[in-house]
Amino acid sequence: MPHFDSALLLRGQYHDWLLTGLHLSLALWATAFVFALPLAIIVALLRLAPSRALRALGTCYVEGIRNVPLLAHLLFWYFGAPELLPDSLKEWLYAGNFEFVAGAIALTLYTAAYMAEDIRSGMRAIPAVQFEAGRALGFGFLGTTRRVVLPQALRVTVPPLISQTLNLWKDTSIATVIGVAEMMYQAARVESASFRSAEAFAFVTAAYLTVSLLITAVAAWVHHRWPVRTL
Amino acid sequence: MIELIHTYWLYFLVGQFPDGPLGGLALTVLLAALALALALPVGLVLGLARVSALRAIRWPVSALVHVVRGIPLLMVIFWAYFFLPSVTGHKTEQFSTMLIALVVFDGVYLAEIVRAGIRGVPRGQFEAARALGLGYGRAMRRVVLPQALRSMLPSLVNQFVATIKETSLGYIIGLTEVSFIAAQINTQVFTHATQVYLLLGLTYFILCFGLSRLAVLAERRLGRRVPPRSVRSPGSPTPTATPTA
Repeated sequence: MPHFDSALLLRGQYHDWLLTGLHLSLALWATAFVFALPLAIIVALLRLAPSRALRALGTCYVEGIRNVPLLAHLLFWYFGAPELLPDSLKEWLYAGNFEFVAGAIALTLYTAAYMAEDIRSGMRAIPAVQFEAGRALGFGFLGTTRRVVLPQALRVTVPPLISQTLNLWKDTSIATVIGVAEMMYQAARVESASFRSAEAFAFVTAAYLTVSLLITAVAAWVHHRWPVRTL
Repeated sequence: MIELIHTYWLYFLVGQFPDGPLGGLALTVLLAALALALALPVGLVLGLARVSALRAIRWPVSALVHVVRGIPLLMVIFWAYFFLPSVTGHKTEQFSTMLIALVVFDGVYLAEIVRAGIRGVPRGQFEAARALGLGYGRAMRRVVLPQALRSMLPSLVNQFVATIKETSLGYIIGLTEVSFIAAQINTQVFTHATQVYLLLGLTYFILCFGLSRLAVLAERRLGRRVPPRSVRSPGSPTPTATPTA
């Protein structure tokens, strides 16, 4: 094996490519997270709603998304979904930065299904009497949920949600299949341009690992700072 | 859509087999089953190392587990794809590359399941076995592991579902599993991308949802005979036991 050329990673064109990739990976991660969290709360509420039809809708969403691999979601949103649109709109989409948008949509929907389950089990961990007391005091379903149940449920929910955030970070790598120029894509690009696979992969591995360990550290800190209270 | 299924169903299920290499859905299931079967012993050894009393064993394995859990599976596949040839000396084809990456990745995740399973067995069980004169190995093998493995069964089925989903990444290195075949069909038909990828999603859904129902079933059956969580006074009924249907 040729010697490890670390200078390649510290300056020059390949360094810039890899950094651009890291930047885009982080952007994809942040975008998907910002949209996934509110969607997950909505889906979790659907799963716990008093109406049977709404509950079924929530279940269909969660099971339908979770039982299909992310790769198939990405392929569908990038190649499949635009087929339904008129031709002019389709051309406009593919001319722009559509791979990022499709990647963000797929990652958002996928992560939201997992987060929704975490939020749901967090809310179910709150004793039903809390909900009943809220209702008895005259709050509606949404009022009780927002003022009584959710504030307590969030404490239980935050640790698993952080772990979903970590999964989301790792999942952004799969967006490379539809040509999102994130870190994995740039690593392959450096590899094919320079045949320096060891250097490129070492950089990307270190970058993934650093962010993952930071997320784990945040989780540990949250667990220490706001321990889960048991009633 | 019916026409699409009618033309391509065989290609979708088995690839070019029997005229060429096996592919499609059959390859996906074969790869997942093989990966999980090979990852089980790896996970068992790593899991035992994670609960070992010896730091010299526990720490390096814990470090490995943390590193592999911190990087995406795709990274592991890339390392395997580009570095296996330089280690073995000849070019490795996609199937074995994917298999090795999956065994490493799943082995590490299974190690955590094994560890949780062992931790779930009350410590008194292990101490009682040692007090009866069994060595460490025999106490683990005869007393702790049989109880731990029982409670792990639902997690194992879930891991199989996860592995099936993970095999889709073979697409990226050109392995002709079901996602790759779907993309091939898409380029041949060209005008029905939505239907092709919906069918792909539906196929995964039927496979994975069916299996996850199996996990729920396993959980229910195990729920009837839960291993003792703590010492109870003799004669008191098991509170978790549900009446047999």
